[in-house]
Amino acid sequence: MNFARRFASSLVAIVAALAVAIGLMLLVDAPPFEALKLLVEGSVGSDVKIADTFMAWAPLVLTSTGLIVTFAAGLWNIGVEGQVMAGAIAASWVARTVDGPVWLLIVLTMLAGMIGGALWALLAGVLKVYGRVNEIFGGLGLTFVAQALITYLVIGPWKRPGVASTSGTEPFPEHAWLPTLPGLRISLVAVGVALVAVIIIYFMLRGTRFGLRLKAVGKNSRSAYLLGIPTTRYMLAAFAIGGALAGLAGTIQATGFLHRLVPAVSGGYGYLGILVALLANSSTIWVPPVSFFFAMISVGSTQLQLRLNLDSSLGGVLQGVLVLFTLLAQGWQSRRIAREAAEASAAPPVKLVES
Amino acid sequence: MSLELRDIRKRFGPVQANDGVSLTVEAGELHGLLGENGAGKSTLMKILSGFYTADSGEIVLDGRTLDIRGPGDAIEAGIGMLHQDPLVFLPFTALDSFIAGSPGGFVIDRRQARKEMMELAERFGFDLDPNAPAREFTIGARQQLEIIRLLWLGARVLILDEPTTGISATQRERLFETLKQLASEGMSVIFVSHKLEEVEELCSRVTVLRQGRVTGERELPCPADELVELMFGKSVVIQTKEPVELGKPVLEVQHATLEDELVTVRDLSLSVREGEVVGLAGLEGSGQRALLRAAAGLLKPRSGTIRIDGRTPRTYHEFLDVGVHYLPAGRLEEGLLQGMTITEHFVLADESTPFFVDWDEAEQQAAEEIRAHFIKGRPDSNAEELSGGNQQRLLLAMLPDHLRLLLMQHPTRGLDIESAAWVWEQLLARRHDGTAIMFASSDLDELLMYSDRIAVFFSGEVIDILDARTATVEQLGYLIGGVRAAS
Ligand SMILES: Nc1ncnc2c1ncn2[C@@H]1O[C@H](COP(=O)(O)OP(=O)(O)OP(=O)(O)O)[C@@H](O)[C@H]1O
Ligand SMILES: [Mg+2]
Repeated sequence: MNFARRFASSLVAIVAALAVAIGLMLLVDAPPFEALKLLVEGSVGSDVKIADTFMAWAPLVLTSTGLIVTFAAGLWNIGVEGQVMAGAIAASWVARTVDGPVWLLIVLTMLAGMIGGALWALLAGVLKVYGRVNEIFGGLGLTFVAQALITYLVIGPWKRPGVASTSGTEPFPEHAWLPTLPGLRISLVAVGVALVAVIIIYFMLRGTRFGLRLKAVGKNSRSAYLLGIPTTRYMLAAFAIGGALAGLAGTIQATGFLHRLVPAVSGGYGYLGILVALLANSSTIWVPPVSFFFAMISVGSTQLQLRLNLDSSLGGVLQGVLVLFTLLAQGWQSRRIAREAAEASAAPPVKLVES
Repeated sequence: MSLELRDIRKRFGPVQANDGVSLTVEAGELHGLLGENGAGKSTLMKILSGFYTADSGEIVLDGRTLDIRGPGDAIEAGIGMLHQDPLVFLPFTALDSFIAGSPGGFVIDRRQARKEMMELAERFGFDLDPNAPAREFTIGARQQLEIIRLLWLGARVLILDEPTTGISATQRERLFETLKQLASEGMSVIFVSHKLEEVEELCSRVTVLRQGRVTGERELPCPADELVELMFGKSVVIQTKEPVELGKPVLEVQHATLEDELVTVRDLSLSVREGEVVGLAGLEGSGQRALLRAAAGLLKPRSGTIRIDGRTPRTYHEFLDVGVHYLPAGRLEEGLLQGMTITEHFVLADESTPFFVDWDEAEQQAAEEIRAHFIKGRPDSNAEELSGGNQQRLLLAMLPDHLRLLLMQHPTRGLDIESAAWVWEQLLARRHDGTAIMFASSDLDELLMYSDRIAVFFSGEVIDILDARTATVEQLGYLIGGVRAAS
């Protein structure tokens, strides 16, 4: 029942967002239905496309799931983008320096990525908890630093022999690549890791004392503290978990998709994850489907540019509008639910009448 | 102006909070509203002031039926409400919270507003610093700020929901004078309280609610027994405290200097023994809260020592570990968690919860606790859905079983007479376990009835420690005002 309602309101939001997108396309004289068709074909139209979409889905699911954890603790971890980059840097370092069998490198790069992302998030956490810097500003600042660090590495110490350009490092040795399915760009390891993360976080938030206490800290940290919950530790833990998952996303981007470190290694999955987490409305099970939809738009919209000469940022517009409409629908619905709960089975609802 | 509520109904899910309530208040009348916890008083007042919409019924002001859809409509019609927990914008200064709710233009004339604020404050003898942050105000001062704000907005009907819980005796006197003055100028006042004496002192008529219905309306004065019967459907017997053997000291404060936002307490020495109840009296902000917080490990003493059973724990968690527990006054601010259910509260409060929570079992346990503590609510009710008194019961129900030292601020704040008596019965029973109790209260009767000794604070100093068996209300009243007993 609740589910059905939620589904209905999501549907309304999606339709409304599509309507806006169509309107926009008409405005720039693009054929809207052609464009939508391309969007779908470009994301799920063939095996190759589906594989690509899943390869965008995995890091997006990871960042969004991590954000659900920090949001639950009442922390606006806007610095997630920087945490993706930090994870990618750490994973790249391992990929460039460690020699060994593929499985070992998978484990080591992922561990390194998680540590890198977690440390970067903890920096924001420490700034918040001990330095009283709001996590939004701390996170944004640290994202700039991470971005600068990548650029420095790419044109400095890790530059390709001879050329110093921002186009990225040398590709990693192949044993450091996440193995992909033959002929496709999808790595089952990446998809599996994302699924496992969703399952773990789902149970953590729902069924464990840790998750409950984390939520308590998010609802009212003063009350939580008086109840004996070590609030700072929990906040830092939330940062670390969110950062580790973002770092994993960075690892997958670097070792599974790009196979090198580039300045745009994050793919914007941090920021996009914020939208997904908002849409999923802090419920972990909604992250995979919502992420898939967003991944479809992201991957499919590249076709718009190729085929219709439309800027692919149209996809971003669609995603943004979608979030706005969904938030609107959610707000509207929670008002209605509150009203109905109050009116349910009450005497025939008579309004206060004006004389 | 006369105000009439006709057949008001309001339901929250399974709870019929107001079940056909009718009520008339004349101009210049001070009308009391009594009823046990969860009777529906706050709900009725929130409907009147536009925070809730009634399912059915009419609100008629001066013969005109009002269509109130929000607090803005209510205040425009001249109905202003002072909430159970004053809704002041805490991070704002007094002046800014004063202005924040005002209608009118985009541009604020701060100078003018400030002038008018000061004039109103002066008229009622309120001492309010417009530049001080509202969060530093005592509950009493927040209330004063809210009253003049409502008057400034043009309120002609003033609703006060349990305004006297948590304010000092002088603040209460000031409040009563103000209300009487306003009534004599034609203001209609609805006064919600659990304290019969207050209603008798202030009001001329009283309406009693029980389970959402009006059980009676009386002219005052009226015998207290009759009102109690109307409130609870039976008479209430208040047990006197049986003495217990006092054991060794649990809390020992020696030469402590304590400093919080409101006050500095110098060179304080006090001890509380096993089975002993020490009451802390004094105007709000005289140092009682600082002492409670220091004894709970929430406030580090500047100098001196605080020992619990001879040990000196350092962090708040170490205090918790040695069996100290602190129950603060602000229920939803510090204590309960808005948006979380009763079950979740019990799980959080329970030290022994395993890592994986068994929600079915937790729900059953919560249902048991709800029954044991007579909480009006269901395991899946959120904390903010409970009536004020039931929020307090939930906090009390969350206390661990075995404690060495229990520290409380206004432990029965917001509880009806029957519940207050019941709660004290439970608290006093803990003394047989050797629990030491220290509590602050602004209710002199409560202090005298349940304490063994009463420490009286005046501006950061304990000016006397009385034996509660021999002390009197008058004596206590003088001391609180800073007048030392002539010795
Ligand atoms: N927002 C709400 N959602 C659900 N139930 C509510 C809500 N507000 C009040 N109730 C329920 O309605 C009943 C009446 O509550 P109300 O707050 O009016 O009582 P009250 O008379 O003010 O009690 P108290 O003396 O304890 O403050 C209670 O059972 C309460 O749980
Ligand atoms: Mg109430």
